[in-house]
Amino acid sequence: MALDILIVDDSAAIRKILQRVLRQAEVPINNLYEAGDGAEALEILKSQSVNLVLSDINMPNMDGLQMLGHIKASQQWKDLPVVMITTEGSQNKVLEAVQLGAAGYIRKPFTAEQVKEKILCFTHAS
Amino acid sequence: MESVNSDRLFQVVCTATHEVFSTMLGLEVTPGQARFEPTPSGPVDGVISLIGFAGEWVGMGGLSLTPEFACRLSSRLLMTEFTAVDAEVLDAVAELTNMILGNVKSSLEEELGAMGLSIPTVVFGKNFTARSTGRGQWVMVPFTADGGSVEVRICLAPNGRRKPMLCPANPVTS
Repeated sequence: MALDILIVDDSAAIRKILQRVLRQAEVPINNLYEAGDGAEALEILKSQSVNLVLSDINMPNMDGLQMLGHIKASQQWKDLPVVMITTEGSQNKVLEAVQLGAAGYIRKPFTAEQVKEKILCFTHAS
Repeated sequence: MESVNSDRLFQVVCTATHEVFSTMLGLEVTPGQARFEPTPSGPVDGVISLIGFAGEWVGMGGLSLTPEFACRLSSRLLMTEFTAVDAEVLDAVAELTNMILGNVKSSLEEELGAMGLSIPTVVFGKNFTARSTGRGQWVMVPFTADGGSVEVRICLAPNGRRKPMLCPANPVTS
């Protein structure tokens, strides 16, 4: 199944890197959406059908944890897998994300294969 | 509160830099001789990035590299050819900084407790000097890769204390 994926990161570089990595990993993609923070992401979710969210944690305006809280509190989006992509590999924020309902996390730096493996795992699980 | 010595810091910086360069850029880095600096040397030309640490330990870290090497690394990272420093190159350097110093932070948290990381700032220019008002010494580790060089710096001191805590376990040239 081709995926509709939403990438949420305040860094345009990381959004571009993730697109490149997804292409390299040959993840089947239908639509790829981008948001610069959590608030923008929620706006996109209101109008687009998305299978998977890949999100940074530390962002201005609305961070990844706040966005995750909104998604998991929503009847419409609560089953949407959200994967955090972060350098906060072993820290409290990752634990908080998992407690809030994140499907998992990918630690930076990442290889194309690592991203593919996690994405397919999370999307199959959902 | 624990402390960290220069050997451990050197090892953590080398591991993080190697991991980011090999995973994200497909490049092997070779570390040079680390040294202590009272403050980053200057004036300098080129691209520098700075990122702040906050928590029980506070400080700053960053990268320093030539515009040409910044463009080359950005081209590899974003798979787009860059011949001059622009916003995308600065974004790419910021992200490399975030990954390298973010991984340094994660490793050091095992000894030093939780720390927060600021959003990186990147500066590009000529004949400028960057200065931190912090009290700790900077540890600078130079790396070479793909015909270019990058310097990774870090300065950490316990929050609220005035004495620097980064003391060499073994001699480090200055």
